[in-house]
Amino acid sequence: MSAPKDPLFVERRTYRRRRMADAVRLLPFLGAGLLLIPILWIGAPEGRGIGTATAMLYVFGVWIGLAGLALACSLRLRPDPPAADPEDPDHPDDPDAAAAPVRTRAP
Amino acid sequence: MTILNLLVLVSLTYVVFLFAVAFAADRAARQGRGGWLRSPMVYTLSLSIYCTAWTFYGAVGFAARSGLEFVTIYLGPTLVIIGWWGIVRRMVRIGRAQRITSIADMLSSRYGKSNQLAVFVTLIAVIGTTPYIALQLQSVTLSINAFAQPDPTQSRTIIDKDVTALMIAGGLALFTILFGTRNLDVNERHHGVVMAIAVEAVVKLFALLAVGVFVVWGLGAGPVDMIARIDASKLAEFEVPGSRWIALTMLSGAAFLCLPRMFQVLVVENQDEDHLRTAAWAFPVYLMLMSLFVVPIAVMGLQVLPRTANPDLFVLTLPLTAGQDGLAILSFLGGFSSATSMVIVASIALSTMVSNHIVMPIWLRATGGTATMSGDVRNVALLARRLSIAAIVLLGYLYFRLSGGGSALAAIGLIAFVGVAQFLPALLGGLIWRGATRTGAMTGLGLGFVLWLYSLFLPSFGPSAILPQSVLDSGLMGLSWLRPYALFGTEGMDRVVHAVLWSLSLNTLGFVVVSLLSFPSPVERLQGAQFVNIFDHAPTLGQWGGGMGQSEDLLVMAQRIMGSDEARTLFSRAARVQGLAGYLPEPTPEFVELLERELSGSVGAATAHAMISQIMGGANVSVQDLLAVADETAQIMEYSSQLEEKSAEQARTARQLREANAKLTQISLQKDAFLSQVSHELRTPMTSIRAFSEILRDSGTLSGEDQAKYSGIIHDEAKRLTRLLDDLLDLSVLESGQVELHTSAARLGDLLDRAVAATGGPESGMTIRRDRPAEDVTLTTDQDRLAQVFINLIANARKYCDAQAPELSVRVQSQDGRVAIDFVDNGSGVPRDHQTVIFEKFSRVGQTKAGGAGLGLAICREIMSRLGGEIAYVPGMGGAAFRVIVPEALNPAGRAA
Repeated sequence: MSAPKDPLFVERRTYRRRRMADAVRLLPFLGAGLLLIPILWIGAPEGRGIGTATAMLYVFGVWIGLAGLALACSLRLRPDPPAADPEDPDHPDDPDAAAAPVRTRAP
Repeated sequence: MTILNLLVLVSLTYVVFLFAVAFAADRAARQGRGGWLRSPMVYTLSLSIYCTAWTFYGAVGFAARSGLEFVTIYLGPTLVIIGWWGIVRRMVRIGRAQRITSIADMLSSRYGKSNQLAVFVTLIAVIGTTPYIALQLQSVTLSINAFAQPDPTQSRTIIDKDVTALMIAGGLALFTILFGTRNLDVNERHHGVVMAIAVEAVVKLFALLAVGVFVVWGLGAGPVDMIARIDASKLAEFEVPGSRWIALTMLSGAAFLCLPRMFQVLVVENQDEDHLRTAAWAFPVYLMLMSLFVVPIAVMGLQVLPRTANPDLFVLTLPLTAGQDGLAILSFLGGFSSATSMVIVASIALSTMVSNHIVMPIWLRATGGTATMSGDVRNVALLARRLSIAAIVLLGYLYFRLSGGGSALAAIGLIAFVGVAQFLPALLGGLIWRGATRTGAMTGLGLGFVLWLYSLFLPSFGPSAILPQSVLDSGLMGLSWLRPYALFGTEGMDRVVHAVLWSLSLNTLGFVVVSLLSFPSPVERLQGAQFVNIFDHAPTLGQWGGGMGQSEDLLVMAQRIMGSDEARTLFSRAARVQGLAGYLPEPTPEFVELLERELSGSVGAATAHAMISQIMGGANVSVQDLLAVADETAQIMEYSSQLEEKSAEQARTARQLREANAKLTQISLQKDAFLSQVSHELRTPMTSIRAFSEILRDSGTLSGEDQAKYSGIIHDEAKRLTRLLDDLLDLSVLESGQVELHTSAARLGDLLDRAVAATGGPESGMTIRRDRPAEDVTLTTDQDRLAQVFINLIANARKYCDAQAPELSVRVQSQDGRVAIDFVDNGSGVPRDHQTVIFEKFSRVGQTKAGGAGLGLAICREIMSRLGGEIAYVPGMGGAAFRVIVPEALNPAGRAA
């Protein structure tokens, strides 16, 4: 009758997957933080500031780094065979959920 | 001029090639072959329509003017897509579950399928996108113009810009109509268009990289030299204003989600949620590559080309002045690709919105568009969409002509971004907050839209064009805090940052506050729950209650929108699922839901909902829906009510058990008493029988008189024993149901006479009152058994009535073929606590000396149930009162009537 309780402990693989999803969610914040750094360089004393060339190298470095991290996370978030990852309300985001049995609504 | 001719030739070939690609992709998809069309890479490349001609040419110009700042336009989308698991995936899932056709449809669907909201969103999108289309036309004509001059760095107009732009617009409209409106169902992907866009994405990336490589290694001497050149240029210092850096990054991220064309490729054209996994890293790489050589090209252009050269065309003019005509044509194709793909997708997206949310509702209303009407709505919808495409492209062209293609257009890119970013609060709020309401969304959008118009869009036409100079200088109606560039006294801010700050913050504030204060309609709440809990819930729309809708009407309507073959297939499949033959399934809520979803893929959620409600009689929201809205609450309430019910039931059961237990205990006590009584009763006669028989045996000197006396005692005692055993036997026979009834007709009065006589007659010290006339009833029953019951009751009264002058009245009532006979005496009656057990075996009231075995009433009850009647103790009659109810005729089967 009550909604089925989600297990407190999940299989190691499922656990990894969820943490990967967390990582993907947090990635923009990491990126935003890193890309805010160039603002700090503005207004440095004459001649000691960071030039456009350096800033460009920094921004493109961060860019490639972010894409690399996104790639790493994406590879680990490959869809599991169906039903390997049960839905959970905290992380109810499972690419297979669509294929999973449909949960009925309240009568 | 030869290079211009070559350019025209190459461009035409390229266009033919694109048509061929689109055609081939469409055909492959229709024949079920195009597996490769659904690859994640095609999806990622289609996202690249984010990079329009404004970014292809404009990024370099942007960089030439303000250095590295241009990169923010690409960083925003990067940050959004690398966090795809959160927002983007949610949008895509909802888009698929709810068959969303556009950003306007998304917002309208979320906020209660409100068409009003959809119209509003559509208007903002059209106002924001039209100048953007004009910008694409401008960039293409400018680039053609660059080829036409002897000295490409001069911006003297040589070709007829208007004619060129018109030809381009016409070609684009044709392409879009051909490949963008093949099918009405927007959710069926436009494979041809997507494939063509993917090809164009490759072309523009390749072109820009080629120019970049040429600049760095051809004109320059490699990366180290390039860095030195940057350091030596006027862009050397990194001096991006922090506010612009942050605001533009946020703005471009918002635009990535909200631009109608981006929504089209990101959500509507998405084939598979899993493609996002690839796009998450591949799209940032694409954007990074697109911007990699922007600063080098800008720096080189500033150094090599004359001061008069337009920085927006450096990508083209650098190879041209270096004599690299091939590279220049490639570069032109890159810019051409960027412009055309943007116009194509934007016009598809906008035409869907315009036809679904403006034209179709008006047409349906104007023609009284109900299902009963004849005619094919599908053709109307397709025609509406085609006309919308043509109109939108034409509008872009007109805007281009009216604005004169001046520098005012160049700024329109960011201005359009700010315009569509107004969707963001309502969009994000709708995705993650169930409390967001339609009124809130309308308020936020309205506020943001007005502020955007006033502080950015209208002034962008230049002083005195639309807003008079006086307003710009001293505010609306002379109120200085209403100056478009210094709202509320915030002077000295960058104009774009200023507009972003005020429009988005007041938009969000209005949205949140009004949402908090307003109350959503049931459909809104339902949709809100479905959007926010998209990953928890099965993708269902509102339930259609009742079976009022007629399947046939639904079929007629569906045929007009989906086409008759598709509609018949859908209906017959649904009928088969329901286990029916033929084309007409029952209009179950599930089926109507499915149909609405299918229709909304064609005409949008609001229109589909409206059309279905016309047929379903407007029974929009059922109690079930409301339950689903308050899902958790409903479950908790239901749970607690079930608990209550259970506990009540348990209490009832416990009470019953207690009663049963009390009865058992009492019976057990009675039985113990009876057993001791029975053993006593058996022992007493046995003892005397044994004693007297011993005397008879042992002493031969007894007189005949004594012998007779003793034998009489033995005989009497034996009779008592026999009676007791007879009773027990009788009861067991009755209980086992083996008794045989001998039915015959008799007068009730006669039976009572017999019973009175058998119990000692009127002279036995007890008055018996009778009601002779009432007793004149003929009963067809087992006379002996019924008399046995009467005898038992009269004997009991004689035995137990403790009144000074015992009196028994016998009352008879006939009703509905049943006769009730009451035996009421004037004694003290049966004590209350014994009333429930007197009919049980072995029960006797108190430890009376009357000496029965306690079987009489139990036997009576058994007899009465065999005779189809009953016997009960009637309390409150002044003494002991028994009511015997007997049917006038026992039915032949011998069973209770």
